Amino acid sequence: MLEEQIQHERRPNKFVNWCREWIHQWQLQSMVIPGIIFMVIFNFIPIYGLTLAFKSYSVTSTMADAPWVQFQNFKTIISDKYFWQSVQNTVGISAIKLIIEFFLPIILAILIFELKWTPFKKVVQTITYLPHFLSWIILGGMLITWLSSNGMMNQVLNALGISVHTNYMLDGNKYWWIASLSDVWKEAGWGTILYLATMSKIDPTYYEAAEMDGASKLRQIWSITIPEMTNIISLNLILSVSGLFNSNLDQTLVLMNSQNQPKAEVINSYVYRVGLTQGDFSYATAVGLGVSIISVILLIVTNQITKKLNDNQSVL
Amino acid sequence: MDVKVAKPVSRKVKKTKGDRVFDVINVVIMTLFSLIIILPMWNIVISSFAAKNSGNFIFWPNKLSMANYIRVFSDNSLWNAMFISVAKTLVGVLLHLMLCSIVAYALSKRNLRGRGLYASMGIITMFFSGGMIPTYLLIKSLGLLNTFWVYIIPSMFSYYDIVILMNFFRDIPDSLEESAKIDGANDWLVFFKIILPLSKPAMATIGLFHGVWQWNDFMTAKLYVTNEALYPLQMRLYDIIVQSQAAATAGLNAQVTIATTSKGVQLATIVVTMLPILVLYPFLQKYFVTGTMLGAVKE
Repeated sequence: MLEEQIQHERRPNKFVNWCREWIHQWQLQSMVIPGIIFMVIFNFIPIYGLTLAFKSYSVTSTMADAPWVQFQNFKTIISDKYFWQSVQNTVGISAIKLIIEFFLPIILAILIFELKWTPFKKVVQTITYLPHFLSWIILGGMLITWLSSNGMMNQVLNALGISVHTNYMLDGNKYWWIASLSDVWKEAGWGTILYLATMSKIDPTYYEAAEMDGASKLRQIWSITIPEMTNIISLNLILSVSGLFNSNLDQTLVLMNSQNQPKAEVINSYVYRVGLTQGDFSYATAVGLGVSIISVILLIVTNQITKKLNDNQSVL
Repeated sequence: MDVKVAKPVSRKVKKTKGDRVFDVINVVIMTLFSLIIILPMWNIVISSFAAKNSGNFIFWPNKLSMANYIRVFSDNSLWNAMFISVAKTLVGVLLHLMLCSIVAYALSKRNLRGRGLYASMGIITMFFSGGMIPTYLLIKSLGLLNTFWVYIIPSMFSYYDIVILMNFFRDIPDSLEESAKIDGANDWLVFFKIILPLSKPAMATIGLFHGVWQWNDFMTAKLYVTNEALYPLQMRLYDIIVQSQAAATAGLNAQVTIATTSKGVQLATIVVTMLPILVLYPFLQKYFVTGTMLGAVKE
């Protein structure tokens, strides 16, 4: 009885104590508060704004008093052929991009790691990391120039004796390759950084022992380097697969034109067009929300699969 | 030098022929890869210096001229865009570092009341966002559309950067702060007088990444700014490119001539826009690489 009473009385005390301590460290708390304000305004209010997807919003009403329409917007998505076209383009471009960008950095990192002459290694790294720091607007402008009818691409082909004068940017059938390979060009070098860091932590005595046993370079790479990198490789695989529905809005906005649009429109640019240029806010929000949910599901599924393959260890 | 001489002795096995072949092929592949990156960029830079009638070329034109650059720099709107770009990069980096480091310092204190709640709020912001449309409506209702501050305020807070700074602050020995506290300094004073001067490397790395992002960011302008006087360089370049693309597609259907910026001026604008990055990057590369490591350790 008595103990119960004491516990009962303690509870509010605990809370009061907590508040007292909070006030006591008001200086530290006053440092956190601006951060909380920023998070609430710029992150949590937009997350609340996702309820728009279940409403019918027009510019004249406010977000709060727009009428609920339940899943009406999502039903419209199913029969929207422009949406499905953008999904097709997104997945097509992402698939090419993700396959190459998954394997190429691993190979490049191994090759860079095996370079013996340090100054050469440094120069190679400096050059291959550089495109990562250029914006898509700059790269887009350069791509359009290279691929124009008398641009570098055709000049090189002409020099090789193949006479072509196509403007590749106006050919929709080539767009998926242009979009994915230009992304590979930009990011492949930068993608080696994490692998190189992991490799530099491998115990060099492994290689010395293998060398003594007469293992060739390729054998050493296959039996030491790659097994040592399993964790980081599977982490990258998970992130790659879950990025299947991600699309690059910067890239699309600069490379898309009226000729290649049927092949260039991706989910993001479709949301942008429907939402911000046509003003259909609710529908565009529903499209964005639907695609994010699918991405989260993909992330969870791939994590589960790699967990199984990785002796039940999650890399996430 | 002594170490280098000693090395071959300690290596017990001589290089096999296969290994030497591997090394040669490796150098050839990496040289080709570097050329694939650098030559197309060279093509753009040198084309911007080509005179109008310099004919077809890949790596060196018949005639060089500064005409494109003279036209670019005689355009007032370019100077205006450059001013906006520089201003938004400087102000953006400064305020971003200020907010993130102050919040990170408080969160790095293990006895901070409510720390668990604050941290889980932060983690939510790393994985979930409202997306394009709800964010646009928020920016609109805050009255930030078509203001300079739309470049600065929404990107001031980043929990990702806060986590990196927090880990850095934790490694600073407590004894330094304690002695200051005994002398009567409060938390704010300790932060500005002791912690900040010690955190230059971490601040430099995060500042650099945010600076590159600010300089390169065009989406903010595209989404929220319609007033051309507030366009940064990237947005101006985007306008030039899209206009000339529109002209190219129009010319395909009918013989329409749309007045556009000449190709040469376009290329010179590209070079001007990427110049700060091309010039600064080789010197700052090591900060970028270590910065990526800092982020990865946390993952």
